[in-house]
Amino acid sequence: MLTIDGLRATAGDREILRGITMSVAAGEVHAIMGPNGSGKSTLAQVLAGHPGYEVTGGTVEYDGRDLLAMEPEERAHAGIFLAFQYPVEIPGVSNAYFLRTAFNEIRKARGEEEIDPMDFLDVMAERLKLVDMDEAMLQRSVNSGFSGGEKKRNEILQMAVLEPRLAILDETDSGLDIDALRVVADGVNALRRPENATIVVTHYQRLLNYIVPDYVHVLANGRIVKSGGKELALDLEARGYDWLIDEPRTAGAGA
Amino acid sequence: MSSSIESLVGKEYQYGFTTDIEADTLPPGLNEDVVRAISRRKREPAFMLEWRLKAFRRWQTLTEPHWSNVTYPPLDYQAISYYSAPKTAKPLGSLDELDPKIRETYDKLGIPLHEQKLLAGVAVDAVFDSVSVGTTYKEELKKHGIVFCSFGEAVQEHPGLVEQYLGSVVPYSDNFFAALNAAVFSDGSFVYVPKGVRCPMELSTYFRINAEGTGQFERTLIVADEGAYVSYLEGCTAPKRSANQLHAAVVELVALDNATVKYSTVQNWYAGDEDGRGGIYNFVTKRGKALRNAKISWTQVETGSAITWKYPSVILQGDNSTGEFYSVAVVNNRQQADTGTKMIHIGRNTKSNIVSKGISAGHGQNSYRGQVKVVPKASGARNYTQCDSMLIGNRCGAHTFPYIEAQNNTAIIEHEASTSKIGEDQIFYLKQRGLSAEQAVSMIVSGFCREVFKELPMEFALEAQQLLGITLEGSVG
Repeated sequence: MLTIDGLRATAGDREILRGITMSVAAGEVHAIMGPNGSGKSTLAQVLAGHPGYEVTGGTVEYDGRDLLAMEPEERAHAGIFLAFQYPVEIPGVSNAYFLRTAFNEIRKARGEEEIDPMDFLDVMAERLKLVDMDEAMLQRSVNSGFSGGEKKRNEILQMAVLEPRLAILDETDSGLDIDALRVVADGVNALRRPENATIVVTHYQRLLNYIVPDYVHVLANGRIVKSGGKELALDLEARGYDWLIDEPRTAGAGA
Repeated sequence: MSSSIESLVGKEYQYGFTTDIEADTLPPGLNEDVVRAISRRKREPAFMLEWRLKAFRRWQTLTEPHWSNVTYPPLDYQAISYYSAPKTAKPLGSLDELDPKIRETYDKLGIPLHEQKLLAGVAVDAVFDSVSVGTTYKEELKKHGIVFCSFGEAVQEHPGLVEQYLGSVVPYSDNFFAALNAAVFSDGSFVYVPKGVRCPMELSTYFRINAEGTGQFERTLIVADEGAYVSYLEGCTAPKRSANQLHAAVVELVALDNATVKYSTVQNWYAGDEDGRGGIYNFVTKRGKALRNAKISWTQVETGSAITWKYPSVILQGDNSTGEFYSVAVVNNRQQADTGTKMIHIGRNTKSNIVSKGISAGHGQNSYRGQVKVVPKASGARNYTQCDSMLIGNRCGAHTFPYIEAQNNTAIIEHEASTSKIGEDQIFYLKQRGLSAEQAVSMIVSGFCREVFKELPMEFALEAQQLLGITLEGSVG
């Protein structure tokens, strides 16, 4: 489904990704781990098409298409979803209106018919349960005044509504208490399908107790320094990252 | 913020066409003879001519104000023609006799004047250049005793009302542009709602500038008698031209005891091109006077004009009166806006509420200028002002000039201001969810303006939202 080959990217004049190679097949869950500043979040953002990064080398193929040539919204239409580490606030725009617009844009791009507001409420009612959210959330402005945990749950709600082919969760566990973590993980697990794939970016092994990965990749200094099965995450929990990193870290590289 | 967030293409102004029609136009220039000629063409009674002449003489002693935060080359008032009317227009004739070309113009603007296709629930007075060319639903309104007609018609048929209220809120001596308007105004709309009557439909005036080298100087006077209610909408467009055109209007609102007047504007005059060539200079004086328990509410969505200079204000003269001002002002390309309000608290226990949303894109400069004044006798006055600015890109500007004068120590005045910037992160977030850049901007901006849009009548809210999208189209790349 996704083949990344030698991907390099910079932010300003700093090189953050220095040749990432990995591939993800349908039905798989991949975890990307690594210390702060290793380039994990940058990888997530570059895959979604964030304009703040410049791709300087390598290729990314997604379902046979050149992903890097696609606009961020085209990637969304093609089923790529990024759960943001820091979800953005949009004051004055209700969550319901925002979600319906996104839902309909993706349907339109797929040649499907738009859904009307009443039918959409039915869709929502069911998905809200998945992330244990109250209907009142729909009338609040997008992420505006939400607590950290509410923002993260709202990301998973969006994911549940938009039903992506490839979901990328960027540090979705950061700032969550254990109960919220479980709700989020249950939501993600409930959405797993044989035809979909998930990339989980995380600093801690904790989330992987709940979302069990098929593969774990360790990123350091913009490169994958080790890949393995789910047991690698446990190893990291016990031994830390230092034993994998043989060269000094670049100071201040974006997480 | 990278430079990718800017790139100003701007969608074509869709109302920029010209109607080719024979007009009765006075030659450029301004003197007492021109004032007399206008008055004569309008077949006005003596009191009107006298009032105009007093205004003209006053105007000659005044100088153009330059305290606002806008810049433009000096205006040559002798180069403007002060009267232009379609030759075929019959100010007092019925709508069926309307020149088909003018009818077509309004059709193209989406304002049908055919009796059978009237905007549901909205009565329209159509002003074409200097004169009103037709008013719809007149008979229906008459049943309720409501007068809704062109100003010229009101002078003929209700001279008593006109004489009583004309200049009672904005005197001819008020300011340079108000004096100019008083001297040369050629038409506009007039509304009178009798005691205790709730106007059953929205009243609306649609202003269209067509002729070249002319100014438009219309005057609107709305009087809501005791306990009456009226909601009034105003829309405006003009052809695209490379020369600037002056629009100096005056609007006076009178809300007698227990009356409510709600006045909404969607202003979409031609704004000039990307480099700031052409466009309307919109120098307007709008003010209302609220007597006991009365309420005056201004809502404006200002998206057009090269320069906007207007401060819809409320004189809270009666005890327990209320004034409101809800504003969205958008500038893109080289547009400049200096707009806001004045709330003058005179009666006891008066309330005012100000919500101003300024959006700046391109090289646009947007200023909020607002005065809240509480006179010594106005005990228990209450004001809340919220003033938010949004910047798109980094070549535009937002400025806030609040003036607060409280001369009574029981007054409670609050002022909140914020400035935000549409961030690349907000746009990326929405694009990641499948929206295009344009949709993203439009969603962020309409969220920002929601508090104001919800004050607009239904028919206008949607139009305003779409207009905003068009005005800002291309402002984010």
